[in-house]
Amino acid sequence: MIDLLRHGLAIAAKDLRVELRSRTALVTAIAFAALVLVIFNFARDPAGARTIDLAPSILWVTITFASMLTFNRAFALEKENAALDGILLSPMPRGALFLGKYLANLAFVATVTAITLPLFVLFFNVSLGGALPGLLAVAVLAIAGFVAVGTVFSAMAVRTRFAELMLPVLLLPFLVPPIMAAVQVTSRLLAGRPLLEQAAWLKILGVYDVVFLTLSAMIFPALVDE
Amino acid sequence: MPLLAATGIERSFGSARVLRGVDIAVEPGTLQLILGPNGAGKTTLLRILAGLTRPSAGRVVLDGSSLRESPALRGRIGFLSHQSLLYDDLTPLENLEFAARLYEIAAPREAARKAIESVGLTDRMNDPVRRLSRGMVQRVAIARALIHEPSVLLLDEPFTGLDPRAAARLVELLSARLATHCGVVLVTHSPADAWSIASRVGLLVRGKWVIDEARPADLQAFMSRASGAFGD
Repeated sequence: MIDLLRHGLAIAAKDLRVELRSRTALVTAIAFAALVLVIFNFARDPAGARTIDLAPSILWVTITFASMLTFNRAFALEKENAALDGILLSPMPRGALFLGKYLANLAFVATVTAITLPLFVLFFNVSLGGALPGLLAVAVLAIAGFVAVGTVFSAMAVRTRFAELMLPVLLLPFLVPPIMAAVQVTSRLLAGRPLLEQAAWLKILGVYDVVFLTLSAMIFPALVDE
Repeated sequence: MPLLAATGIERSFGSARVLRGVDIAVEPGTLQLILGPNGAGKTTLLRILAGLTRPSAGRVVLDGSSLRESPALRGRIGFLSHQSLLYDDLTPLENLEFAARLYEIAAPREAARKAIESVGLTDRMNDPVRRLSRGMVQRVAIARALIHEPSVLLLDEPFTGLDPRAAARLVELLSARLATHCGVVLVTHSPADAWSIASRVGLLVRGKWVIDEARPADLQAFMSRASGAFGD
C-alpha cells in the first residue's frame, strides 16, 4: 500500500512538473473556461430566462469541457517518446499509475474549478453569499468521481488514432449523473436553500464516486497492459 | 541455465505473422547480436522479451520464472527502445531521477547523477531534453536503461545517433555490464560496433532465425553470408 502511494505520488509529481514547464493543458483549459463564460455572458438574452436559472448549468458545462482538455493531456504526454513504455517496464504496480494520473488530474481540475468559479461570479453577477462552502463541498464530490472516469477514458482513448475526438464521445455519457447532480445542488444553493436539504443529490454524487473510483482502479491495469 | 529464455515465440498483427516460433536463450555475461532486414520482427521480439508486448504463443522466462506471472522481475530488465522514453520538458537529471524512483533505487537523485556521468553528459544534465541533440538524447536514454543495474539488457539500435567517441563509451559500458554477468540482447543494422564483445549472432528474416550461431571471428565473411540470406 505504501509502495502504491509512493509510486503514485512520484507519477503525480512528474506530471505536475511537466505541466509547470510546458503550461500546455492548464493554460488552455483556463483560457477555454474564460472564453466559454464570456460567450455565454454575451450570448444570453437578458430579457429571457433568469440568470440564476441558467448559471448552474453553464458553470458545470464549462468546468466539464475545460477538464476534458486536461484529461486529453494526461496520457498524450506519455505517448510522446513512448514514455508510457518506460513506466510499464518498471516493476511498479499498475494501480500506482492510475493513482498518480488521478491525483495529477484532480489537481488540474481543482485548479480549473478554482479559477472558473470567481470568473463565473464576475460574468454572471451571481452572489454566492453563504452558498460558497456548500458549493465547494459539491464541487469536491462531483470532481472526485468524474476525474476517476476521465482518467480511465483518457488512458483508453490515447491508444486510438483520434484521441482528442474520441475522449468526449466516450466520456460524456458517463458524466451525466455527476453533472446533473452538481447542477441541481448548485441551483438550489444559489437560490439560498441550505446544503442539508440536498441529501438525495449528494447521495447520488457519493455513490457515483465510490462506484466509479472502485471500478476505475480495477479496470485500469488491464487497459494499460497490452 | 540461461538468464533469459524465450521459447516458441509467435506474434501476429491481424493477418500478418511477424514472429514464427522464435527461440532465444541469453546466458549470463554474454551478448547476443540480432540482425535482420526491416520488418523481420526484431523490435517485436525485443518488446516481447521486455514484457511490453504479449506474444500470440510462446513463453518468456527470466531466471526460471515467467515474466508475465512475476511482474517484480520487470525490475531486472533494462530496455532501450527506438524512442527515448524521456519527457522532453524535463531535464536529463529529472527524467533519470523519476526513473530511479520507479525502480525504487535508494537516493534516486544521486543515482541519476551517476548515470548521467557514466554517459558523459554532466554539463547538460540541467537542460531540458528538448534542447539536446539526437546523440545526446540517445545517451540519456542509454543511462535510463542502465540506471537500475539490470541483469538483462535489451537494446534496440543503441548506436543510432552516437558519435564514434560516444559509441566507444557505450561499448565500454556494455563490457562492464557483461563482466557483472549481465545478459545483453542487441538489435542492430550495423554490427561492427559491438562485434568484438558479442558471443552469439542471429539473423532474423520474416520472423524466423535464418542464422543463429556463435559469433564468428570474421565480420565481413559473416555479412556476405548474411546478405545472401536476407531474401528479397
